[in-house]
Amino acid sequence: MTEPLVDAHAHFYHAESNRGDWERVNAARMRAGAAMGVTYHVVSVLGSYGHTSPTYFPSPADVSRGNDAMRAMADGDRDHIRWYVTVNPNHTAHALAEISRGVTAGAIGVKLLASRRADDALNDPICELAAEHGLPILHHIWQHRTREWPNQEISDGRDLARLAARHPRVAFILAHLGGGGDWAHTLPAVLDTENVYPDLSGSGVDRGMLDAALDVLGATRLLWACDLTMETGLAKLRALEVIGLSAQDRRAVRWANAARLFPPGSFPRCAVA
Amino acid sequence: MIDCATLVGPYPFRQLPHPDPEVLVRVLEREGLTGAWVGHLPAPWQRDPGATNDALFAALEPYRATLQPAPVVRPDWPRWERTLRDLVDRGAGCIRAYPMHWGLGPHDPSMRALALACGELRVPLLLTVRFEDMRQRSPLDVAGDLTAAHVRMLARAGESVRLVVTGAGRELLEETHWSLTPEEQRRVFWDFAWIWGPPEDHLAHLIRTIGAERFVHGTHWPLRLTQNVRANLDLLPEPLRGAAVSDAASIYPVGKTPT
Repeated sequence: MTEPLVDAHAHFYHAESNRGDWERVNAARMRAGAAMGVTYHVVSVLGSYGHTSPTYFPSPADVSRGNDAMRAMADGDRDHIRWYVTVNPNHTAHALAEISRGVTAGAIGVKLLASRRADDALNDPICELAAEHGLPILHHIWQHRTREWPNQEISDGRDLARLAARHPRVAFILAHLGGGGDWAHTLPAVLDTENVYPDLSGSGVDRGMLDAALDVLGATRLLWACDLTMETGLAKLRALEVIGLSAQDRRAVRWANAARLFPPGSFPRCAVA
Repeated sequence: MIDCATLVGPYPFRQLPHPDPEVLVRVLEREGLTGAWVGHLPAPWQRDPGATNDALFAALEPYRATLQPAPVVRPDWPRWERTLRDLVDRGAGCIRAYPMHWGLGPHDPSMRALALACGELRVPLLLTVRFEDMRQRSPLDVAGDLTAAHVRMLARAGESVRLVVTGAGRELLEETHWSLTPEEQRRVFWDFAWIWGPPEDHLAHLIRTIGAERFVHGTHWPLRLTQNVRANLDLLPEPLRGAAVSDAASIYPVGKTPT
């Protein structure tokens, strides 16, 4: 058996997401995952992806429908799929209820988009409930925000570090280090906040990014992931093979860190390996 | 198979690990590539390309069996025609041009003249869409992405023209390709370093619609991981796995007149 591999940041589309090819895209993720050796995809659905409310500001109704679709897809392939319950912190009661409903239905983490700045107090009750359930929070991040961008209320590593400092019992997965903006800003921004764990996903494949992340944060703080571009995920895996990582560090980035941060028993096939 | 999109030298906006020709030679060997066209990374940001071309040729001199210079010709600069001939005589594999950095619009007659002059000398003209993601760029890096209008105007310039466009995404590529006649389409080659693989499968879609032969291998080393291009090919869906992209070194077949 090859070394396990957990994609800690993936997305599925669904019938209400206004994409006629949604099933093809989901199937392509599973096809590429099989080719790459992904043991588990940890997936979220972002409301209606803009169809009936904005992707990064989903309405409560769209959040619930998206989570329902996500749950159904996870239940359909328990061998490969785990899931985050998505919430919009602007609707606190709904967000908390959705987390509770998600945990009951098998969610293993919480997904926060860009509906509210990361360090906003509205995120605190969500973090408290995540801590109670032992759930990590995957937070959408812009690497070094220097201005506002349309259709999102973006946060960067500094913003997330402030939230994480208030909730030391929660593991925060900082989304897509390679996903746009300046990753070099993120590394020192979260260095001293030890419960922030960048994932390596994103379409960016800058030479030097992996080396810098390992130098600054170390292998125990990084999670391998793909997000929207799986070829960049495979490229980063192959780069990790040639930049001199120890077997233990490779194991940490590929899956062992994820196994540590998510609730115990989330990835049984990794444990077997 | 050569890598058509490599560079050496420092980048103005971030530190790059070892952007040196001796490292590039080792990387090409590791990736199973036989050689590369190599540009000089400082060139787009220098007004007079003369010094940067000289630095490029000097840096590559010990490695010329593997690395072929890709110098810059700026067609709004005095005596550029002579510069072009000299560079080709010195062994340039292709000519790089940066119209966005020079403020030359899609209808600029000097760029058209350069494309035709390169065609007459049977040397491809290489255009760069971008060096970095727009979201990442320094506020000082204001050139903007190359536009489809630039590419199609040059592709229409004449039958001898051969363009290699690096760093395009699906949108720019499709806008350009489908704005050209079949004959004009065959004058343009694209690398796929910035084209998304699965799950969107943009590369698979483009191979199906415009053909694998329109693509060439270009990694954008030392800016980007060289592994990305091979990974994209390896993740193509089964019917397309092993699709044969073109070798940039063969864009002008030896002994044949461009068609």
